[in-house]
Amino acid sequence: MDSKSILVIVRHPPHGSSWVREGLETALVGAALSHPPTILFSGDGVLALLSHQQRGALGQKGSAAMLEGLSFYDIEPLWYDQRSLEDRGLDVDQLMSGCQQACIADMIARHDVVMSF
Amino acid sequence: MVSQGLTYALMVQGTPYSQQASHSALRFAEALPAQGHRVATVFFYHDGVYNAASMMTPPRDEPHLLERWRALHQTQQCELLVCVASAVRRGLLDEGEARRHGHSHSTLEAPFELTGLGQLMQAALHHDRLITFAP
Repeated sequence: MDSKSILVIVRHPPHGSSWVREGLETALVGAALSHPPTILFSGDGVLALLSHQQRGALGQKGSAAMLEGLSFYDIEPLWYDQRSLEDRGLDVDQLMSGCQQACIADMIARHDVVMSF
Repeated sequence: MVSQGLTYALMVQGTPYSQQASHSALRFAEALPAQGHRVATVFFYHDGVYNAASMMTPPRDEPHLLERWRALHQTQQCELLVCVASAVRRGLLDEGEARRHGHSHSTLEAPFELTGLGQLMQAALHHDRLITFAP
């Protein structure tokens, strides 16, 4: 049972709320407990992957540095939904390095546990 | 309760009254026993921690969410876990945390428990299902 695979889906944008940070913190705790989750950015969540981001609103730490550090915890690649990217007029060239295109349905089907942020 | 029933973990991220998430989570949890299942862990994260505010005082003609959570704990013996990092920064402190931070009153009490994200992971790994209730 402890070999369950975990998928963390980030659906919210990186600024104006703490969703991305709290989702990433959950992913990091998973990694610390030897269960590095798969992480998928969907909807406005893909905005978190844009490169060259500064600190966020709310007087909180930005999420970009956290994202860049995920690979140290075996959380890689950073999966994104292509459709969400296109809907927002974005291109993969605008994303930080280490991003990879995912099929949401496949991804959810392949994991035992899905956590949504 | 059917012995082959599933155990559920719920992650609640919505604040009470202004968002649907905690209402939906409660209704889902309350419906489980009729199907032979039970909720084993509710984990409150993000703004969901406000569900544990011990002084929650809604108008009489609205559902009392705090009492519903307490009743759920009683009837299904589920743990009501509150992320300590999310809770303390939002002013939800149990007696120990209140004392530690120099406050005269606590704002969170049993059966709610302050705990860490590790417990969310444990719940996700050990129970049969994890469902997210988020705005």
